[in-house]
Amino acid sequence: MRYFLRRTIQAVLLLFGVSVLTFLFSALAPGNYFDEMRLNPQISSETLASLRAQYQLDRPLPIRYAYWVSSVLRGELGFSFAYNTPVGPLLWVRARNTLLLTLTATLLAWALALPVGIWSAASLGRWPDRALSGATATFLIVPELVLALGLLIFAVRTNWFPTGGFVSTGFETLSPANKLRDIVLHMALPVAALALSSLPILLRHVRAAMAEVLGAPFLRAAEGHGIPRQTLLFKYALRAAANPLISLFGFSLGALLSGSLIVEVVMSWPGLGPLLLEAILARDVYVVIGGVLLSTIFLVGGNFVADMLLYRADPRIRTESAAK
Amino acid sequence: MKLPSKLAKWLIALGLLHGAVICAGFFTPYDPGEQDRENTYQPPTHIHLVDSQGHFHIRPFFYRYLNREDFSEPPQEDTTKIIPLRFFAKGARYHLMGFIPLSLHLFCSDPGSGRIYLLGTDAYGRDQFSRILFGGQISLLTGLLGAFITLLLGASIGTTAGYYGGWRDGLLMRLAELFVALPWLYLLFALRAFLPLAVSPLEAFLLVVVVVGTVGWARPARLIRGIVLSAKERDFVRAARGFGASNTYLLRRHILPETAGVLLTQAAILIPQFVLAEMTLSFLGLGVPEPLASWGNLLANLQQYSVLVSYWWMYLPALAIVPFFVGYLGLASALQEHANPHKIEVGVTGDTV
Repeated sequence: MRYFLRRTIQAVLLLFGVSVLTFLFSALAPGNYFDEMRLNPQISSETLASLRAQYQLDRPLPIRYAYWVSSVLRGELGFSFAYNTPVGPLLWVRARNTLLLTLTATLLAWALALPVGIWSAASLGRWPDRALSGATATFLIVPELVLALGLLIFAVRTNWFPTGGFVSTGFETLSPANKLRDIVLHMALPVAALALSSLPILLRHVRAAMAEVLGAPFLRAAEGHGIPRQTLLFKYALRAAANPLISLFGFSLGALLSGSLIVEVVMSWPGLGPLLLEAILARDVYVVIGGVLLSTIFLVGGNFVADMLLYRADPRIRTESAAK
Repeated sequence: MKLPSKLAKWLIALGLLHGAVICAGFFTPYDPGEQDRENTYQPPTHIHLVDSQGHFHIRPFFYRYLNREDFSEPPQEDTTKIIPLRFFAKGARYHLMGFIPLSLHLFCSDPGSGRIYLLGTDAYGRDQFSRILFGGQISLLTGLLGAFITLLLGASIGTTAGYYGGWRDGLLMRLAELFVALPWLYLLFALRAFLPLAVSPLEAFLLVVVVVGTVGWARPARLIRGIVLSAKERDFVRAARGFGASNTYLLRRHILPETAGVLLTQAAILIPQFVLAEMTLSFLGLGVPEPLASWGNLLANLQQYSVLVSYWWMYLPALAIVPFFVGYLGLASALQEHANPHKIEVGVTGDTV
């Protein structure tokens, strides 16, 4: 319990630090959203000044930060100049789309990586392992951007998949079954790109973790006792190899919001990525800060979940932290 | 010290690849900015040895493409006129490595006879092949300089934290934790977001280098700190300190050399990562702008739907980076294996176990 408490405090402090850091960056930035308006002769300087005052842009930095923190506590996360609404709801809608994509891809990648990685480790050095290692090596060197663009060209040339967006035009008129089909078709490409780019890394970790365990004396003893190979692999070996994999899983969880930025932009998926890019180009600072903060929360949260899982799964950590 | 053969193999491969990019002027037929407005979006030129009458030619040649009225039709070659390739011929002037003025090219065609576009042309009729090789100069330089800055920062911060310890260690490592906690790409974006957007191409390039270079220092700094921590307690270091060696001497003579292995491995991992960072930024319009060519802004053309549909050769810049990535990851894995021969490695490619 003390362990849990300490980790929570650490995480909160970390988030506080990140918010101060991003806020400082944004304050150092030259130019702001209203600079463009200044060039517009139809907007008087008084209007601009009142706009700046309305958004507290004319106040000193600590006061701006205090205002922002209070709006964070209200769940608004500041105000978007471009969309003229609080940032919170804006981010939430986009984050939902992103999560739909990344959760599917992450689950898919793990569901494939575990059995295949175990199989690869079980046949270490023989042909299935060699073939798989070759394939993962190939996919590992193809960056996400290249993969996503390649898939997009494939989609355009074959016309099998829609190329971008979330739903087709006329989505509202479709029947529920067709609506589902439409979304799944739109999701197919980005999910494929995301899953394919994370799969080789997961596979390698699963394989390495399992290979390390499989040579252990206790497993050879278990094999000698005549325990079936399936039980051996999936029950005993996997459990012993879980430690690094749980950390990796935490990292997968943490990357749920930030990992799909490029794929989203390339495939024009209306998630956080395109929103953030627009906000950067328009100098809509609170959206940028909000986006960075939200994805940091996920990253920290993912690590946190992994730590908790490790605490449950690995007795060594429990005794270690109890001894302190 | 003799290099292990595996390491040497990867180093030679990388050397050749970088040589081709550094000497881009020699290997490409044209200047990367030269426009040929008559021949926009030309598909890649085919090199022939046998002409349309079935005659064999010893000197490779090519045909010009006929200008198309309708872009949906496949391009037709103008088979009436054979244009021979010239090797080691004089062509457009360029500066080798930026300062040796030359006009010798590995291959090109006679001026006025038709132009060869090995990988097609873009919207302005610029030669893709030339742009890819010259673009590599920008992208790879970003990777190299960025990695240099990162490792310099990481090494000095890590050494300070590890060697002096105390409050410096606490402060710097908390800061490092903060930077590791931030999603890398978002941090890159945020930093870029808060820097000026409208700048000249050269300034933009330097900006990208600095942004890419300053974002990733935390991870190497932690690694270096760990090594310094263990190195400073080694017996020979304690002995040297007992003999009255100064901090600077100890660092320079005994401690920093210990970090060389990690620094090299990190460099091999970071360079491709930073090349990719440049590509991503430029692809999204936040990096190196036109008319300069970089691998990222060459790919940015693909954001137009029409390009995606009709001009597949615009995708080729994406494939240009693949051999470089293979090289760097192979090098990283060879370095790791060299340092740690029995570990089953995970993060990088190459032969495992």
